[in-house]
Amino acid sequence: MQLINSKTTFNFMDKRYVAMVLSGILLLTAIGALVFRGLNLGVDFTGGTLIELGYEQPADLVAIRTTLREIGYADASVQQFGTSRDVLVRMAQLSGEGNQSELSNQVFRVLSAAVDGAVELRRVEFVGPQVGEELSEDGALAVLVALIAILSYVAVRFEWRFAVGSVVALVHDVLLTVGLFALLQIEFDLPVLAAVLAVIGYSLNDTIVVYDRVRENFRKIRKGTPEQIINTSLNHTLGRTLMTSLTTLLVLLALFFLGGEIIHGFALALLVGVLIGTYSSIYVASTSVLVLGVSKADLMPPQKADVVDDRP
Amino acid sequence: MLNQYALWKNLLVVLVLFLGGLYALPNLFGQDPVIEVSGVRGASIGENLQADLKQALATAGLQVKRFDHSDDKLRIRFRRPEDQLSAQDVIAKILPLDYAYALALSPDVPDWLSVLGGKPMNLGLDLRGGIHVLIDVDMDAAMRNAIELEAGNLRRFLREKRIRYVTVKPAGAGVEVRFKDAALRDRAREIAAEEFRELTFTNRAQNGDYYFRAAVSVNDQQEIRRQALSQNITTLRNRVNSLGVSEPVIQQQGERRIVVELPGVQDPAKVKEILSATATLEYRLVVGDVAQAIEAERIGRAPAGSRLYYERDGQPILLKRQLIVTGDQMTSASSGFDQQSGSPAVIVNLDSKGAKRMRDTTTENVGKPMAVVFKEKRTVGRDENGKEIKKWVEEVISVAVIREPFGRRFQTTGLQAAEAHQLSLLLKSGALKAPIEIIEERTIGPSLGQDNIDQGFASVMAGLVLVMFFMALYYKVFGMVANLALVTNLVLIVAILSLLQATLTLPGIAGIVLTVGMAVDANVLIFERIREEIRVGSTPQASIHAGYAKAFSTIMDANVTTLIAAIVLFSIGSGPVRGFAVTLAIGILTSMFTAIIGTRAVVNVLYGRKQVKRLAI
Repeated sequence: MQLINSKTTFNFMDKRYVAMVLSGILLLTAIGALVFRGLNLGVDFTGGTLIELGYEQPADLVAIRTTLREIGYADASVQQFGTSRDVLVRMAQLSGEGNQSELSNQVFRVLSAAVDGAVELRRVEFVGPQVGEELSEDGALAVLVALIAILSYVAVRFEWRFAVGSVVALVHDVLLTVGLFALLQIEFDLPVLAAVLAVIGYSLNDTIVVYDRVRENFRKIRKGTPEQIINTSLNHTLGRTLMTSLTTLLVLLALFFLGGEIIHGFALALLVGVLIGTYSSIYVASTSVLVLGVSKADLMPPQKADVVDDRP
Repeated sequence: MLNQYALWKNLLVVLVLFLGGLYALPNLFGQDPVIEVSGVRGASIGENLQADLKQALATAGLQVKRFDHSDDKLRIRFRRPEDQLSAQDVIAKILPLDYAYALALSPDVPDWLSVLGGKPMNLGLDLRGGIHVLIDVDMDAAMRNAIELEAGNLRRFLREKRIRYVTVKPAGAGVEVRFKDAALRDRAREIAAEEFRELTFTNRAQNGDYYFRAAVSVNDQQEIRRQALSQNITTLRNRVNSLGVSEPVIQQQGERRIVVELPGVQDPAKVKEILSATATLEYRLVVGDVAQAIEAERIGRAPAGSRLYYERDGQPILLKRQLIVTGDQMTSASSGFDQQSGSPAVIVNLDSKGAKRMRDTTTENVGKPMAVVFKEKRTVGRDENGKEIKKWVEEVISVAVIREPFGRRFQTTGLQAAEAHQLSLLLKSGALKAPIEIIEERTIGPSLGQDNIDQGFASVMAGLVLVMFFMALYYKVFGMVANLALVTNLVLIVAILSLLQATLTLPGIAGIVLTVGMAVDANVLIFERIREEIRVGSTPQASIHAGYAKAFSTIMDANVTTLIAAIVLFSIGSGPVRGFAVTLAIGILTSMFTAIIGTRAVVNVLYGRKQVKRLAI
């Protein structure tokens, strides 16, 4: 069985301008969403308290909000989490001094007293302001360092045009994924950040496989413009690209539907990232290399190039 | 000959498979809910206690799976978590006070496997439930305290020497002392420099006033900070141990933070309270002998001016009501060796007030024993309304004979090296050296932990089945070989996680799921190459050979870059991000082995050394 005909000759590069326009529009939307709507940052980054409660009966959100307002937390956000019996209470950083970590104890005590039957404390996440700030900084740093490390590796293993191309593709993927979270205002927490970094890993994997074939074909195929050679390479790797994306998407769908509420954002970020990553390894990464003017001479193994250069 | 593996390579594959299977095995045995009973003050667990507990549990109609009795612990295994919870109430009622119990999950691994080092994976708090707390130690306060203490010492010292000063004030990392004239200052500086050798003295003249400044050196400042942190960690560790939590984690993080992780704890409010509790130390003279103490215990009344205390082993002892010094007057403590005898010793430094009292007392009492009492406010239980009962708990941690008078700095010998070290830690950890603040808390209730495990397991299985089905359909025999590699890969990941005792978290499971998706990538690359070779007309044997050879560098490049991402994630990320990075990195490494070497071995066995007309790919 085959996903696609083994001898495809799609002219991918012919449509690169369409792709560039498409990517441009998507990128503008993503950046616009990030600038104007901003990310809906989770407690991990903003600091604050998050309490997940399990009720025996479907929970009355209005009553919970009223109870919280009575003890002075009118700005607490109360919502259902997964099932109607699970409730998530989010509270911003308390202003002023005082023991911030005591807040969850108090809220849990008051809310359990407010209903008949037992309330279960399923989860508490309290993040102090300085920790939230650090987690944000570390997160941004991790993305940056990962990009630089990858850039250097690809530059050494391939050539600078490929390094630039792969990083352009990565930035493209990260921006679009994060942009979607901003656009839909889905909560962005630490697991989602991990997913974004995994997207970097995945998208890179995809891009490298394509580049590897491009390099091989530049060396092997004597005739043909760079555009034709890249097209051939994309066709050669198309079966693999689709197959791997498909298997990865399958497991991510399993994670998305079966992994539970906490992992939802994580799975969503990866699903989106893998789709974008597959597209970008074909269009963004390859187009970049073409735009940067890669040629046969750039990719010949160094020793052979020396021999050619020595002759007058 | 093509597609033949050397014997050693086949053996390697078999060996890795065997080891992988062996060390993944402990995870199959499942975890029993257990209650761990242990003696608190060296109390041993005898047959009587076990019989009593057995009897009580049977009366309550609770089913016990097994009693595991080791030297210092009794593990009561249950079949169901509900039984464990009900048994907790039963045990809490009848257990004598000098025993502690803790709820835990314990794997039921056969002995032969434990001997080989087989352990199940270490589950993160998000999977087993528990509380994670990040504590910030207020280093500025620790520094301020140290400087204030130094200022107090200087003040008292000058007063004792009858040198008139105008003011003694802490200033930055030092103390500024002001005098009326230069002569007075110079004299004071001379004798103070003699006594306070650790300080650096400099003169200052300002607005007609005469100062000297006694500064704490940069090294000493670092030492003060370092000590404040390590002492707080020790204090917290002792407190956590008193909670009776199994497998607690208390670790330094960075220069001023402490991580406390307590699996299975169900009352975060109580934990937080105990972590920030206060405790102190007292030095008292011993009154009478053991016989008198036993007599006092029997009649329930101590002689006038004395009080009945207990040593850690339960031995009664009579101590003077009058205090010599308390932990508040202690500036530092360390363990070392006695310079004359070479035997282990604990060295304690007191401030000048404490030192004076200590000198006076010891001068009068050479040859008599002195005791160190550890005093702490602890929650000892709950009353009928569920309100917590708090009590000062006092225990004598050391008794030693005074050999000669001593004051500011003294040592206690007659202990084993380990004991001396322990005692110095205890002395230091009597109270929190610097104020602490909880700056991060993550609590996962037990039911959520179980939900996370179930959902994680379900998604791994579903993902695996989907991918395997698809691979078999798409690559036929070769797809089945890849599936074999995929399952092996999972077993290897589990084995390595178990061996390293790395912590598996929910994001970690997500990492495994992702690895399942990506692990087949290497095989997809190889199989697509083989198909290409067949298409251009190569023989089946040559196609297999060329397919593996050509795909290799691609697989390497692709995996190395992903590995870079995983390493960056691990080194910079925290908590959930790290858990994900660990399994991703391990998954990449194991998948390279199974997808390249593993599948090749199987393919060689299937097709090598044979006349093959067509490949089922």
